[in-house]
Amino acid sequence: MTESTDRGGIEVEGLVREFKNGPRAVDGIDLEVAQGEIYGFLGPNGAGKSTTVLMLTTLLPPTAGTARVGGFDVVAQGPQVRATIGAALQEAALDPLLTGREHMRLQTALHGLGKRERETRGNELLERVGLAYAADRKVGGYSGGMKRRLDLALALAHQPRILFLDEPTTGLDIQSRTALWEEVARLAGEDGVTVFLTTQYLEEADALANRVGIIDHGHLVAEGTPAELKAEIGRPTVEAVPRSEGDRERMAAVLGRFGERAGSSPRGVSVRLEGGESQLAEVVRALDADSIAIEHLQLHAPSLDDVFLAKTGRSLEGSDEEEAADSETGETEAVGAA
Amino acid sequence: MSSSLRNQIGQLAHRSVLRTLRQPAQIVPAIVFPLFLLAVNAGGLKDATNLPGFPTDSYLTFILAVPFIQGALFSVMNSGTDLARDIETGFLNRLALTPLRGAALLSGLLAGSLVLGIVQAVVYLSVGLIAGAELAAGAGGAIVLVVLSVTITVAFGTIGLFAALRFGSGEAVQGLFPVFFVFLFLSAMALPLDLLTTDWFHAIASVNPVTYLLEAIRSLLIEGWELDQLALGFGIAAAVGVVGMTAASSALKTRLVRT
Amino acid sequence: MSANRPAEPQVSSRITVGRAVAWRSIHNFLTNPAFIVPSLLFPLFFFVSFAGGLAAIGEVPGFDFPSGYTAFQFVFVLLQSAAFGGVFTGFAMARDFETGFGRRYMLAAGHRSGIVLGYSLAALFRAVVTWTVLTAVALVAGMNVGGSAGEIVALYALAVLVNVAATLWAAGVALRVRSIQGGPLMQFPTFLILFLAPVYVPLDLLSGWIHTIASINPITALLEAGRGFISGDPVVVGLAFAIGIALSLLFATWARGGLRSAEAAG
Repeated sequence: MTESTDRGGIEVEGLVREFKNGPRAVDGIDLEVAQGEIYGFLGPNGAGKSTTVLMLTTLLPPTAGTARVGGFDVVAQGPQVRATIGAALQEAALDPLLTGREHMRLQTALHGLGKRERETRGNELLERVGLAYAADRKVGGYSGGMKRRLDLALALAHQPRILFLDEPTTGLDIQSRTALWEEVARLAGEDGVTVFLTTQYLEEADALANRVGIIDHGHLVAEGTPAELKAEIGRPTVEAVPRSEGDRERMAAVLGRFGERAGSSPRGVSVRLEGGESQLAEVVRALDADSIAIEHLQLHAPSLDDVFLAKTGRSLEGSDEEEAADSETGETEAVGAA
Repeated sequence: MSSSLRNQIGQLAHRSVLRTLRQPAQIVPAIVFPLFLLAVNAGGLKDATNLPGFPTDSYLTFILAVPFIQGALFSVMNSGTDLARDIETGFLNRLALTPLRGAALLSGLLAGSLVLGIVQAVVYLSVGLIAGAELAAGAGGAIVLVVLSVTITVAFGTIGLFAALRFGSGEAVQGLFPVFFVFLFLSAMALPLDLLTTDWFHAIASVNPVTYLLEAIRSLLIEGWELDQLALGFGIAAAVGVVGMTAASSALKTRLVRT
Repeated sequence: MSANRPAEPQVSSRITVGRAVAWRSIHNFLTNPAFIVPSLLFPLFFFVSFAGGLAAIGEVPGFDFPSGYTAFQFVFVLLQSAAFGGVFTGFAMARDFETGFGRRYMLAAGHRSGIVLGYSLAALFRAVVTWTVLTAVALVAGMNVGGSAGEIVALYALAVLVNVAATLWAAGVALRVRSIQGGPLMQFPTFLILFLAPVYVPLDLLSGWIHTIASINPITALLEAGRGFISGDPVVVGLAFAIGIALSLLFATWARGGLRSAEAAG
């Protein structure tokens, strides 16, 4: 049995998953995640995120390529991989007839924990995710947020070194989302757990991930820290609103000298600064020179959406519907088949 | 009946029939399953005709009455499940927003049962006759048999509607199936009432209305025109239909409280 | 959390997984009347209507089963409940895979054959509960038992084999279809093979096409051996156990293929 030097990381090489009569849902992905790192896997619906997670968690065999999780090969050493990882998949598959505590008992038993350890571990995790008060209620009556939290607690039942979270906050309200983010950050920061997180929310990847991989049509199109990725495409936008509505055209002409128009600004003008942030002072001087009074001026740093746009030519926020059609034959097939 | 009510019933009946015909998963088991049991029982219990007092030499003829009742049980499930789905999907609420009358809704929904009932009765009778069963009442008897069978099917269908309206879920309707199964099995299904030698079983079967529905069908197959038995059969079917329809109407009123 | 972790992770064994899976199924079975009531009532009901409603069949010329018609039907209903206990467990399994709970098992189980083992244990538990009630009712109803203790044990052993074989059959379907829509596919063939056996009268009294089919139906030997045991006159014992074991092994392979199919589909 070969062992990786990095027992808490993920190494993926040339990973491919092809479905019958369908496109390649995952088309040759290479990536590495170090121990204790939070890796954000960002992409629209149907991009191949979930299929990748299914392969890394041994739930779906790859068509080609290799992947080692926690030092174990996902194809040849499935049982070892499963003992090393925890996963909260897209649908929090829970039994409505069991209580939260009974779920914990079942999960810890499945992982072979001793009887006493099962109880303590279960109670500790229910406490940690804030479900101790509802532990003896049937899960059928839980809210969406409670189910997600229970799912997370279940994923942590056997103290995994690597945690897979497949769109963990989809459908959650802002409060529940923030609470989950805090817990994930704590797991990585304090416990050294490696987290592989898929998301279609830019702010989630931005807030949580040490590194982000952007996937589109089964390909990894960009990878780096959020700051690196933003710096790579780099240019911030400046949005200015004139004090007088009539100055809007003149303002557009002045700003046009600093870069191309970007996005829409209902009352003002927005342009991407060719020369970066340092041009801001010049912008102010130029407007002043033309006697255009400014009501509002704001500099927007580039976002991951800008990165996505730069890499794929499409905006992440708007690409869902288009991708949903692809996912019928691709990713959804993998998910829906189970 | 006013023309608008007739029109409403017509529209809903059309939908109900289409919906039944477009769900082979409803039609096929409702036809195949009773025929399978018919074959198995006709083969396996053939020797029952050797019992003293058995009314015919052909067990197939005797047991041919059973599929008609089993078919009616499927009708309970089908009409009930369809209506429950309308409730679950909110379709019933959409209907409630139209000036639709309750009577139109219920009658329309039974049209699917009616069509399925006719198909079932014709298939069972044809298969039975081809396999060698007798029909003592002749061609006229065949028509009365189909009419009786359809009456029973529609009558049972009203119970499915009631269950759907009362409980509002397809699962609850499915849960009725065993109950009806019990009625069928604790009747003079496999042997005539006189040959049910276990006392308590005889007692239950004697008060079970299904026994008399079976006897009415059997009278046409085995004896010819036994007006008493036919009247009892039609009477029971009509009574079930009236009770079921009244209960369903009342449940519909509760469910569709419109201001 | 990650400190001092052993290099080799602790992989849960088949038995551990099987026990956990069985625990949930049994827990749900015992705590939900919606599950327990039908699985008890259906066999009882079949027994009551066959043994009670068809009692006169015991008087048909040529019917010479020594323990009487109640015992004759008891054996059929016992084996039928064994088979249907397995099929109903297959339903639960299909539902679990449809709702995604099966994936939770696939993810947590070190050795995934433990999942099938767990469902099988649960099916056996359900069957034992049903048999206990069924036997009690039959005895209260005055069933004659001519067989020795050993023969009665052998009768229940046959029922266990039928239960295991049926569970594995249904598991194979459930794991391939992974939807409750696979239900009829599990149920119908089981129903067919059971009812194309000598259900109401012994094989000798059957004639025509049903005799031909019943003669080659493997369930016939199981029924004849079972009826032999209860009347204290064992027949075709070796053949019946060989068939029971062969069916279990055959369907174990079928279930294994199902597990592979579920693994490949994700």
